[in-house]
Amino acid sequence: METFPVRVTVNGEAHEAEVEPRMLLVHLIRDELRLTGTHIGCDTTHCGACTVLLDGKPTKSCTVLAVQADGADIGTVEGLAGADGMHALQEGFWEKHGLQCGFCTPGMLMTGAALLEANPNPSEAEIREAISGNLCRCTGYVNIVKAVQYAADKMGAAAAETANAATDGEDS
Amino acid sequence: MIPAQFEYHAPAEVEDAVDLLVELDDAKVMSGGQSLLPMMKLRLASPAHIIDLRHIPGLDAIEERDGFLRIGALVTETQLEESAAVAERYPILLDTARVIADPLVRNRATVCGNIAHGDPANDHPATMLALRARVVATGPDGERTIDIDDFFHGLFMTALGEDEILTEIQVPVPPAGSGGAYVKLERKVGDYAVAGVAVQLTLDGEGKVTQAGVGLTNLGFAPIRATAAEETLLGADFVPAGGLRGAIERVRDAITKAPGADEVIAAAAQAAADMTEPVEDRRGSVEYKRNMARVLTARAIRQALARAGAGG
Repeated sequence: METFPVRVTVNGEAHEAEVEPRMLLVHLIRDELRLTGTHIGCDTTHCGACTVLLDGKPTKSCTVLAVQADGADIGTVEGLAGADGMHALQEGFWEKHGLQCGFCTPGMLMTGAALLEANPNPSEAEIREAISGNLCRCTGYVNIVKAVQYAADKMGAAAAETANAATDGEDS
Repeated sequence: MIPAQFEYHAPAEVEDAVDLLVELDDAKVMSGGQSLLPMMKLRLASPAHIIDLRHIPGLDAIEERDGFLRIGALVTETQLEESAAVAERYPILLDTARVIADPLVRNRATVCGNIAHGDPANDHPATMLALRARVVATGPDGERTIDIDDFFHGLFMTALGEDEILTEIQVPVPPAGSGGAYVKLERKVGDYAVAGVAVQLTLDGEGKVTQAGVGLTNLGFAPIRATAAEETLLGADFVPAGGLRGAIERVRDAITKAPGADEVIAAAAQAAADMTEPVEDRRGSVEYKRNMARVLTARAIRQALARAGAGG
């Protein structure tokens, strides 16, 4: 069987692999790159546990061929935390009890991150719409929504502080 | 689950893709892959060759040109949702895109794929029937245009030839006084419709219906154009003489109070329900689905009228 070279950037790091055409992106991420934070849940495009950011857009990586991701910029849950600690969303899930078993959490986090990138101040309805392709069987979603709201508030406050600091700088 | 082995082709031009279709046995065209890949993983489909359109330039555009909204083969549902032209002049398309699968799937799923797949449970076919769209098929002899009425032949069967690719959908730019709506009943996000109804109407300056399109989702073995409902609506008089423009709520009130409006809507809704051929499954009985077709048709008509009266 012919294989294809696939070059991807994952969480800012360049990777190369030779893949069979039928290899799914989620298997490239988990089995080849050994990034097992991305989960395989239903494997039928329903549950969203395998959600990664594909060129910034949340995507179910069980329903993309690895060859189709050639040249793409991929974000997984391993890339969320920064040098200064957890991402505001991760902190939100911690603070608001946004998980119990945690299986859906990596997908929820990636979808949440994409939402806040596009819409820093989402309404509850917008959050619920955004995560409607990510299934959670534990929480009933209430605390997940609160976790995203927590992150939005924290990131909003941080942005305001930065803006204020910039304005103060101009004044002085 | 992993698909059966296949050979992968990613041509750079439509012509090359067509050549591959002609040359290869058992080849399938892939755009977003959100229907085809799940079928391959479940081994419901095991094509020997996949021809991926993703590298072909020019297929990812959505634009109004020469009287048509043109949606290329690689345009995603998300692109449709984010299009200003769609939001302004094709609210029925926006309604439809928003209830397809879920937001993550819509980031990859394509509008043309939704149609080329030929699944009567898909949502765009009914909407395209109501909009009187045209399908552009590209094959060895170049392009041909297929009326949407002639496109759907049955379960996963379409007018596309084995060596043809659906390269574009063309939706006529609606005349002034047009409005449409797509209403879908689903058990949960991402499910196929229990029933779905698309209605596109055009009113003249006096509030008379001059064009009517009604399409039905998942209510038979192919998407259904409810011609009997269209005939009931054509010529019906909804808005008081002189027309009515204003906030959508005010227009909706006026329409429901127009003399005879309720009767016409009820008759059209019943006519649509009478054309359905649903099958009983986990989503409901034949009687339930047929009744939902009636209820949803009435709702879609009212919403379409309100939008037409409000200037879009």
